[in-house]
Amino acid sequence: MATDTIAAHDDHHHGPEKGLLRWVKTTNHKDIGSLYLWFSFMMLLVGGAFAMVIRAELFMPGIQVVDPHFFNSMTTMHGLIMVFGAIMPAFVGLGNWLIPMMVGAPDMALPRMNNWSFWILPFAGAILLSTFFMEGGAPAFGWTFYAPLSTTFAPDSTDFFIFAVHLLGFSSIMGAINIIATVLNMRAPDMKLMDMPLFVWTWLITSFLLIGAMPVLAGAVTMMLTDRNFGTSFFDAAGGGDPVMFQHIFWFFGHPEVYIMILPAFGVISHIIPTFARKPLFGYSSMVYATAAIAFLSYIVWAHHMFLTGMPVAGQLYFMYATMLIAVPTGVKVFNWVATMWKGSMTFETPMLWALSFVFLFTIGGFSGLMLGIVPADIQYHDTYFVVAHFHYVLVTGALWSIIAAVFYWFPKWTGKMYNESLAKIHFWWSIISVNILFFPQHFLGLAGMPRRIPDYNLQFADFNMISSIGAFMFGASFILFTYIIIDGIRNGKPAKARPWESAKGLEWTLGSPAEYHSFDKAPSRKAIEQESQHTSVA
Amino acid sequence: MSSKDSYYVPHGTYWPIIGSIGIATMFVGMANMFHGVSWGGSVTALGLGIVLFMMFGWLGQVVNESVNGLYNSQVDRSFRWGMSWFIFSEVMFFAAFFGALFYAREFAIPWLSGEGNNQFTPDLWNGFVQTWPEIAFKTPAAELRNGTALSVPTELIDTWGLPALNTAILLLSGVTLTFAHHALRAGERNKIIGWLVATIALGVAFLGFQIAEYGHAYDIGLKLNSGIYGSTFFMLTGFHGFHVTVGALMLIVILYRVQKGHFSKENHFGFEGVAWYWHFVDVVWLGLFVFVYWI
Repeated sequence: MATDTIAAHDDHHHGPEKGLLRWVKTTNHKDIGSLYLWFSFMMLLVGGAFAMVIRAELFMPGIQVVDPHFFNSMTTMHGLIMVFGAIMPAFVGLGNWLIPMMVGAPDMALPRMNNWSFWILPFAGAILLSTFFMEGGAPAFGWTFYAPLSTTFAPDSTDFFIFAVHLLGFSSIMGAINIIATVLNMRAPDMKLMDMPLFVWTWLITSFLLIGAMPVLAGAVTMMLTDRNFGTSFFDAAGGGDPVMFQHIFWFFGHPEVYIMILPAFGVISHIIPTFARKPLFGYSSMVYATAAIAFLSYIVWAHHMFLTGMPVAGQLYFMYATMLIAVPTGVKVFNWVATMWKGSMTFETPMLWALSFVFLFTIGGFSGLMLGIVPADIQYHDTYFVVAHFHYVLVTGALWSIIAAVFYWFPKWTGKMYNESLAKIHFWWSIISVNILFFPQHFLGLAGMPRRIPDYNLQFADFNMISSIGAFMFGASFILFTYIIIDGIRNGKPAKARPWESAKGLEWTLGSPAEYHSFDKAPSRKAIEQESQHTSVA
Repeated sequence: MSSKDSYYVPHGTYWPIIGSIGIATMFVGMANMFHGVSWGGSVTALGLGIVLFMMFGWLGQVVNESVNGLYNSQVDRSFRWGMSWFIFSEVMFFAAFFGALFYAREFAIPWLSGEGNNQFTPDLWNGFVQTWPEIAFKTPAAELRNGTALSVPTELIDTWGLPALNTAILLLSGVTLTFAHHALRAGERNKIIGWLVATIALGVAFLGFQIAEYGHAYDIGLKLNSGIYGSTFFMLTGFHGFHVTVGALMLIVILYRVQKGHFSKENHFGFEGVAWYWHFVDVVWLGLFVFVYWI
């Protein structure tokens, strides 16, 4: 009897089920990875549409397009949707697709929970977006939802926002647990930790950040909920609480969150640059240690977001110096990427273009981050457009750039087809030019004193705002081309080889293109692992 | 058997989507309930019902697969990793509330009472006196807060009364649970059942005393709206009590499974996972006892 049950349940040798419900029921890491990626792409378009509204309003001084409260809802929801709906799910999608293939596993360790961590997201997104249709409008207190704006002075819809954040937290925590279990338990028996590709390493470390940080966010919104509805005084000085405490708790989550969104990006770049420089990654182990160091530091620097909120000078000094320290491991990474390219036989296919521009533009964002980390300088820059420029350089031309690079790099592996290379190159140049028109002038606006989250501004800021808005519309339009390239590639692309990039390393390239439904039925051999390792030399 | 050498990858499943629908329904219901919408309560109950149905079905399926021998030791390790990091995430959730407690006590209240030359809260409330835990006793702002007064407790909760008793009960339950585990490894089913029943009884006793304690707290005026001490007191003990309830329910399920003979001497992760959870709840209580009730 037991054998019958096993035969009925053992899914190893079946392909995907037929019909649309397959996507609801699936326990397959590739299906779930695709769901995550498509979901995050749709959220990217929604968040992008909000950004277009913001830039349309800021095109000229004065109030033209939307009323100020709705403008605030736009900045708030743009941030929330992009962070929780677009960037994070996209990385979980990449992790789902790639990690089992990279570690030689048949699937994720906990496949049913994997399904759940995705299928919570659409509900969270729906609840979050439904706040637009409620009395008092969507949350308008900024994506950081500082108390008392989000407690005493917020509309009823804030409680729905709180529950949406809870759902997003459940999803992230389950996703992170799954990735840890997969990496530590499903790895091919012959693969040592220091054989793992960097994308796997960075995601493993990111998972620890998620499990450490997301529950703290859950705690923060729970305190908000009880302050709003049950008379507690966590963030209310009249009862001995403190609104500043909200900022501490929020940023204790918020700063690791920043690295949750960039560490997997570092992993992606560490795959693409060696492939197209035709050299092994320079300093593999220093890359691993640098990632771990960044993750550790990310937990102890949170109050650099709060230099102007008020804290003892000793606190400001500590948080300033600790913040400066992050530049060291990050510098290790940037120099390693550059050294990987040194004397390499470089070619510039689309993924490499995105990866190279990542190194440039992310580093600009890193430098402006250092400027913001210096207390006396931050007193000038705080809450200006300089901050907006800074975090868009690290999140758009950092995190998003690496996601787009990854989509082009692994596209042949996922679909078995090649995308249109010349169109993709046009798309790249269009994007990189427009994104710099969009964000670079915002540095100047911030240095000149333009505050963020304001729908109207002084005439002196008019020119740069118009330039920035023109860049924004161009950049927004680039996603029409991007969508076309992806759909065209899936439908009409030329068949791809198993290893479409000649010197790509990694176990995923030993599978077919498209990769088989169940990745590795048999664990890869030690020889295969060594051949595909990131720290052996290219033959 | 093929299942022993290859990893078990289950078929498609509807349980996650059912869980998502349930949890979303519950949250939408709760938000409406908080806003005084008439149907909020029933929708919350409906959502909770769906969640319970999902947990019953999903976990039941996992138990069936385990009993039918579909899992190998590698699957077992996945569950172990999963459970331990889940518990760690719970630790971080409690850490947020402990952090709030420490911050309020060490920074917010001293600053409110003028420490640091009134640099941080200059003359917010003249004559505010730094006190802990009876913060609400002397808060001049007690009447100002949103136009509603804070509830002012008339006395303190005696650390060495019920809280100390509950500490002893919960620590003892950790010991009895460990005896049950030893009995399980020795394969003595009657002993396992006895020690498990003792553990559950202690857990239920703890919850009973905790309810009595809440009644007492409300009688003396210590409520959720008694300022920051009331907030941290009820949120920390409340979430802890919720976890004890969940843990006790899990122990009851384990008791049922022991009686069904689901566990062997070597293979009983279901038992161990629940035991880890129970010990975690135990440790959180120790933190509560020391920082909320004692010092």
